[in-house]
Amino acid sequence: MSYGDELDSESAELVRPYVITKGRGLPDEEQLSLITLVTAADDDQRRPTRLSPEEQNLLDLCGAGYLSVAEIAGHTRLPLGVVKILLSSLTESGHLVTRPPVARAALADRQILEEVLNGLRAKFG
Amino acid sequence: MGSGPSLDEQDYVRGGATQTAVKILVVGHFAVGKTTFIGAISEIAPLSTEETMTRAAEGVDDLKGVEGKTTTTVAMDFGRLTISDQVVLYLFGTPGQQRFVQMWEDMARGALGALVLVDPERLADSFAVIDLIEQYGLDYAIAVNHFDGSPLREEQALREALDLLDDTPVVTCDARDERSSAQALITLVRHLQERAH
Repeated sequence: MSYGDELDSESAELVRPYVITKGRGLPDEEQLSLITLVTAADDDQRRPTRLSPEEQNLLDLCGAGYLSVAEIAGHTRLPLGVVKILLSSLTESGHLVTRPPVARAALADRQILEEVLNGLRAKFG
Repeated sequence: MGSGPSLDEQDYVRGGATQTAVKILVVGHFAVGKTTFIGAISEIAPLSTEETMTRAAEGVDDLKGVEGKTTTTVAMDFGRLTISDQVVLYLFGTPGQQRFVQMWEDMARGALGALVLVDPERLADSFAVIDLIEQYGLDYAIAVNHFDGSPLREEQALREALDLLDDTPVVTCDARDERSSAQALITLVRHLQERAH
């Protein structure tokens, strides 16, 4: 890679990730995994908070239904780590509600596998 | 990200308020057909996301020639399938490269299992992926992505080449074909059921 290339790739990042996240760190994995489902909360649950443009966009995106954390990152094209931090902050301020995947237990696993198998057979069998 | 994306109703998880989200990994070496496979099964257009690889990757990654570069990104593809009113299934695909440790940890944590896509002409390229899957303790099945015209190895020779356990399923599939890909997933889920007993 030449120096020119490097400068170009640097300048393409107009806003650094740590600016968007206001320097906050990654949330607990248990709280926000790739498949945690997220949606906007009712208005009356929200604490008055000044939202950044990125946070407002995420809130708009989550306003019409549930999406997984991975899907939100995919749709917004923001790095996954940045999305997790912003979602965590919006959850803390009451703007979003999350549904973490259920805790894994042997019995639950067997039921889920049965459900997945039946679902796949019904759809593609 | 400008004004932000606007989504259609079907982009959202239909039963999000009540469904349990689960995931299965679709892994394999570069260009083996992971995205094609996920696209064949997924009800949404496959999405991809990036995770920044930081300086922590130094030492395991070969940074020769890009010394001035402190971060780089890697794509992870995924799709979604509504299984029932209770369950929504996500399929995650990423190449088997050790250096993307954070991404692998995120993907592997809580996964039901993994389907390893294999190109019969490039078996050696699958070793690293299978190592990683085993390292994360995931149960898996092998799906040989069989394109028209390529000679298919004897299953026994393939088992020996990949050093598989006797009960690890091996199926042939065409990742472009929805039913064929679904059949490979069904084989994996049946294997996972047996392992869960």
